[in-house]
Amino acid sequence: MKTIPNLEMHALELIRLASTRLPADIVLALEQGRAAELAGSAARATLDTVLENITMAAEASTPICQDTGTPVFYISHPWDYPLAPLREAIRCAVRRATELNYLRPNAVDSITGANSGDNIGIHFPTFYCEQWDREDELRIELMLKGGGSENKSIQYSLPNAALKAGRDIDGVRKVILDAVVQAQGQGCGPAVLGICIGNDRGSSYAIAKKQLLRPLTDRNPDPVLQELEEEITVKANDLGIGPMGFGGRTTVLGTKIAAAHRVPASFFVSIVYMCWASRHKRLTFKAGEVSYD
Amino acid sequence: MTDLSTPISEQDIRKLNVGDVVSLSGIVVTARDAAHKYMVETWLDGEPSGEDADLLATLKPVLDGGVIYHCGPVVRQDEAGKWHFVAAGPTTSIREEPYEHRVIGSLGVRAVIGKGGMADKTLAACAEHGAVYLHAVGGAATLIAQRVLEVEDVYKTEFGLPEAFWRIRIQDFQCVVTMDSHGNSLHKKILAESRERYNGIVGL
Repeated sequence: MKTIPNLEMHALELIRLASTRLPADIVLALEQGRAAELAGSAARATLDTVLENITMAAEASTPICQDTGTPVFYISHPWDYPLAPLREAIRCAVRRATELNYLRPNAVDSITGANSGDNIGIHFPTFYCEQWDREDELRIELMLKGGGSENKSIQYSLPNAALKAGRDIDGVRKVILDAVVQAQGQGCGPAVLGICIGNDRGSSYAIAKKQLLRPLTDRNPDPVLQELEEEITVKANDLGIGPMGFGGRTTVLGTKIAAAHRVPASFFVSIVYMCWASRHKRLTFKAGEVSYD
Repeated sequence: MTDLSTPISEQDIRKLNVGDVVSLSGIVVTARDAAHKYMVETWLDGEPSGEDADLLATLKPVLDGGVIYHCGPVVRQDEAGKWHFVAAGPTTSIREEPYEHRVIGSLGVRAVIGKGGMADKTLAACAEHGAVYLHAVGGAATLIAQRVLEVEDVYKTEFGLPEAFWRIRIQDFQCVVTMDSHGNSLHKKILAESRERYNGIVGL
């Protein structure tokens, strides 16, 4: 496959769109949440502010949230697409996006505490590259994962005696809802929950995070998981935590669950908590054309 | 809506209750993780000298009766070298729980702005010294940045731009009192109620 011309410029545009514009399904869910809250309530006022800020950020082309997070790039590529120059062009675009204030300088050396100043560091930004069997299509998806919400992500190992959560769907339900209670307003809810049941600790978290790229309105191909996704969202909203933890009906905008096989000894449930500012955008390069959605 | 301007008196703080909406104007200093560790370890528990003593002398009059904002902004520097806030929502406050009660008690801070609320040590310090916790809307970064009239100065840029102390002048920054100086916390209440509901939903 031919490489994308002006890739750095397109990657910069992908970053700008991800930082300054929320996906339409997230905005719609926030609007529905606002309509569900009582007039005059703190929950309603909070969602008014959230929606006003979304409009202002898109108009001004400035970040929706100052925590532009860890940039996580998911790349799906044909077998013959050269990855080294692709990653290098994206790194250059990340530097440029930081200079243009679409991204906050977020890469901090964990040993010295020094901020690199340009969002480039060791394993920063993050890349996940996967070869697919499409011959003439490249996809780059960018998620900006804020730190406040990432701090509320949590992994449970079942059984969990304190929650009386065993190695079954009921146990899974108990720990996911416990994660929402523990998060309260600290992760900037209403949240989107990305979840993986099973696999090892590291992969389980990675699979859970990737679920956040799914549209809120999609349907899980597994009917058991589809039902669980719907049930978790409804029950989480019955907890009364509300936007920012002020109380209210809108605590979770959507739940996306994957299951993976596990070894007999382990049963992990990994929950990645995403703030209302669920920022992700997709660049597609197909038949010589670049598009964003 | 209650208008508050810095410096804030203890009397004004004591009038505030959980749920009150406040419109804040005046001088605010941003401080987050590195800044809180520094304030406590270098200023309060250390023997500050040189640049550290100078910074304490500069900021002490601003923090006394002043406001700390848990925020790591996106900033822009213009051609003349002047800084501007581009995006500036609150960061999660609970990480400063080990430090904030000391900062309130020793530096005379009257209000802390953040998100997500804080815990018992901070709540007790608010009651003892006359301070409040003000909740801003997390993520509303472009909107809040427009309430910043001027960036007056910046200190400790070696912490990185998000972690530096930014001294800013704000106007009509709206927040909600979620922890008052009478021992009340909306966060404690919602946590207890939601845990109760959780137990009902999962049958614990």
